[in-house]
Amino acid sequence: MIELKVNGQPRKFDGDGDMPLLWYLRDELALTGSKFGCGMGLCGACTVHVNGEPVRSCVTPVRTLAGKEITTIEGLSANGTHPLQLAWQEHAVAQCGYCQTGQIMQAAALLKKTPKPTDQQIDAAMDRNICRCGTYTRIRAAVKTAAGVKA
Amino acid sequence: MSTFKFGESRQAPESTSVTTRLARQAYAQYDQSVQMMDRRGFVGTVLSASALVLGVCVRPTEASAAPAAWQPSVYLGFEADGTVVIMAHRSEMGTSSRTTLPMMLADELEADWKKVRIEQALGDEKYGSQNTDGSCSVRDFGEAMHKAGATARLLFERAAAQKWGCQPGDVMASQSTIVNNKTKAKLTYVELLPVVATLPVPKESELRYKTPDQYKLIGKKVPMVDERSILVGKAVYGMDAKMPGMLYAMVERPPVYGGKVKSFDNSAALQVKGVKQTVELPGFKPPHLFQQLGGVAVLGDSTWAVMQGRKQLKIEWDNGAHANYNSVDEKKYLMDTVLKPGKVVRNRGDVEAAFAKSAKTHEANYYAPLLAHAPMEPPVAVAEFKNGKVETWCSTQDPQAVQASVAAALGIQKTDVACHVTLLGGGFGRKGQPDYAVEAALLSKAAGKPVKVVWTREDDLRSGFFHTVSGMHMKAGLDADGKLNSWLFRSAFPPIASTFAPGEQYGMDVETGMGLNELPYDVANLRSENCPAPNHVRISWLRSVAHVYHAFAIHSFLDELAAMNNTDYVSYVLKTLGPDRHIDLTKDGTKPWNNGMPVEKFPIDTGRLRRVLEMAAEQSGYGKKKATKNRALGIAAHRSFLSYIASVVEIEIDENGKLTIPNVWTVADVGKVINPDRVVAQMEGAAVFGTSVAMMGEITAMNGRIRESNFHNYPVARMTESPRKVHVHLVPSRELSAGAGEPGVPVIAPAITNAIFAATGKRIRELPVRRTKLV
Repeated sequence: MIELKVNGQPRKFDGDGDMPLLWYLRDELALTGSKFGCGMGLCGACTVHVNGEPVRSCVTPVRTLAGKEITTIEGLSANGTHPLQLAWQEHAVAQCGYCQTGQIMQAAALLKKTPKPTDQQIDAAMDRNICRCGTYTRIRAAVKTAAGVKA
Repeated sequence: MSTFKFGESRQAPESTSVTTRLARQAYAQYDQSVQMMDRRGFVGTVLSASALVLGVCVRPTEASAAPAAWQPSVYLGFEADGTVVIMAHRSEMGTSSRTTLPMMLADELEADWKKVRIEQALGDEKYGSQNTDGSCSVRDFGEAMHKAGATARLLFERAAAQKWGCQPGDVMASQSTIVNNKTKAKLTYVELLPVVATLPVPKESELRYKTPDQYKLIGKKVPMVDERSILVGKAVYGMDAKMPGMLYAMVERPPVYGGKVKSFDNSAALQVKGVKQTVELPGFKPPHLFQQLGGVAVLGDSTWAVMQGRKQLKIEWDNGAHANYNSVDEKKYLMDTVLKPGKVVRNRGDVEAAFAKSAKTHEANYYAPLLAHAPMEPPVAVAEFKNGKVETWCSTQDPQAVQASVAAALGIQKTDVACHVTLLGGGFGRKGQPDYAVEAALLSKAAGKPVKVVWTREDDLRSGFFHTVSGMHMKAGLDADGKLNSWLFRSAFPPIASTFAPGEQYGMDVETGMGLNELPYDVANLRSENCPAPNHVRISWLRSVAHVYHAFAIHSFLDELAAMNNTDYVSYVLKTLGPDRHIDLTKDGTKPWNNGMPVEKFPIDTGRLRRVLEMAAEQSGYGKKKATKNRALGIAAHRSFLSYIASVVEIEIDENGKLTIPNVWTVADVGKVINPDRVVAQMEGAAVFGTSVAMMGEITAMNGRIRESNFHNYPVARMTESPRKVHVHLVPSRELSAGAGEPGVPVIAPAITNAIFAATGKRIRELPVRRTKLV
């Protein structure tokens, strides 16, 4: 039995501890905002926060999460009002939108640690997430807007 | 109600041109179907499309029975509370078709956009083509949206005039309300619903359309209707679809195209916790169309369980006829083949005679590899077979192809396949081939439960449909002053045609008509040839299709000719384009494909091409800044999907040969623009997609097996590898709306390689660029 918190709610997990967090979230908790893109931690579509750190949930076994606090896109803000979600809207970032929840979670972790990131810091963090539609210029602009740094 | 039926032979959308032809045939029907539908038609439409919200309402057979709601067109309905329901019949994969078409209708209807709800249509022929490909949603359906909106608005105006006893000319529609110009009285659309449904349908000649200055949505930045739900993680993609009691499934497919299961041992797989059963899927019968590849499926109660179970399968394969397929050999074959004459697809004058008389000739051969679409959401579908019918929720670009393919696989009627379309996590062409929905339906029949088939990234890259591999040969004859007098263009590629006709080695008009036989240059002698090439994998279309490789060769070659003449691409191409004119391919014995559209409506206009080229050069300072060995500009201008695009790419190369792209300038003439910010977004995205194509995309095969498996060995452009800034200029235009989703892609690869030449003197003739050391 593994006890953990997901978006503030205590959860008990007694399945296969090798199962990646992503499938626990998606298949069991019906939190489908975290996406499956590669299963190897390469694309970032599944990014969630574990104790505030950005983590690739597709390669994070549930057994490593005892006592941890998980935040998914569904728990990032009450009504989708996180500054990044608002900035994403302002810049009309999304095209297909599939990767964007992972992008936002990745950016949220960056801004938590580095509230005023430099271009290099944004690049270093966001280079780990793939957007096949190619919305990168708007992602960068939206991160800067949310952080209140000059575009 | 439309009684139109697509051709009986239509197993699947055979090509963009066929799709377009079918769409246009269907279009004739909209002229009637946009008008009132009979009761039976209405019930059929609404119950199938959105039973929960609109199912209660019918148009009354007797005028006295006031309807609670009203549906004047297959695309438009009204709920009793005044909510305007617009059917989105095209798939949303990021191009904003689910927003842009409905906003055209809403604008013409003078509806309050805030009160519009978009309903995603089920697959149904009555909508015309739903095959969301070919960059044609606005082009093919914009008129139908306007007509539906104008019809309903006129009826509201007449209903109000009737109530007030005034002339229709005395009233005006404004934001879901009719205003009496004289008395200033108001009646809302919802108040008029009982009257409006009793009125006769206006003739087409009676419709009055808004003028552009009256538009409230068209031409403005309108956010995608799904934006909020996307950003909070509530948007439903195929990957998120669930049916009650469903099983999950993954399929171990033949590692070689056309392979079959010889025998298999499922005992270890069945030991995995959560695995319920295995099912052997038969292979396809040629042609492969959009059938399943076959293999062994593992079904269970979670994605993880079937993922683990699949690893435990022991399968012996009969690898079939393609077990010796190697990309190295194929490249050699293609590059040899284009040195020999092929099938002539266009001829003007006599190139051979001209070469013999030319002061100089120049030859070059180009190669572009197989590519995978790699949408962020891999293929996925959930389906239930029950009582001889199938219901599926599917991430698909073409729900009618789902209907046709599933019906054929299960031996049922197309109309017994209900296909719900989810949002697509990217498509890029891959999700027009619904083999994964066929798998889900077959497995549901075998299991007696709904089944969700999930493809992993490895499945997607190894077992998908691919953008074809190509070899191209160019030869030019020049006069003593450098003028181009003759051009031979040969192209060999395993064709998309092989998906529909087994063993077909020549391209269909879609493929030859994308770049190969439509060079717009003023050259006295011109010949385009298509050389044969057999397929060893399944070939389909990828964003901008044959333009990807043809534009790479064409614009690289023009840059080579410019360099031979000590000038640059812009000066040389402006001269070679000749005077502004419309190109008549029929004079050269070629029936223009032209995306299936008549050249009278969409001519090949060299003036528009010249203008975008000049503007891109101007905006980027091309030709003004001198190239250095680590920083240079490259350019290309190309017509595709009836649009005219020029892009300038600025590259930087560091001392280790690492290439970055500080800037791209794109000038796009796509005709009339409906939702400008979304067109800009498409051009921005195209610059990134084109960068992936140019710099890194390559799928290879060894012994019939695809070697790439995930993003570590099939990289796509990340943030720092993509253009840092993309400056997009949309040319203001009153021309008919053309394509926007795809035409930004073809110019990027040649603009990059032309920039590399300007910086380093290295001419890249093989993609991807990462195979060449730049310093």
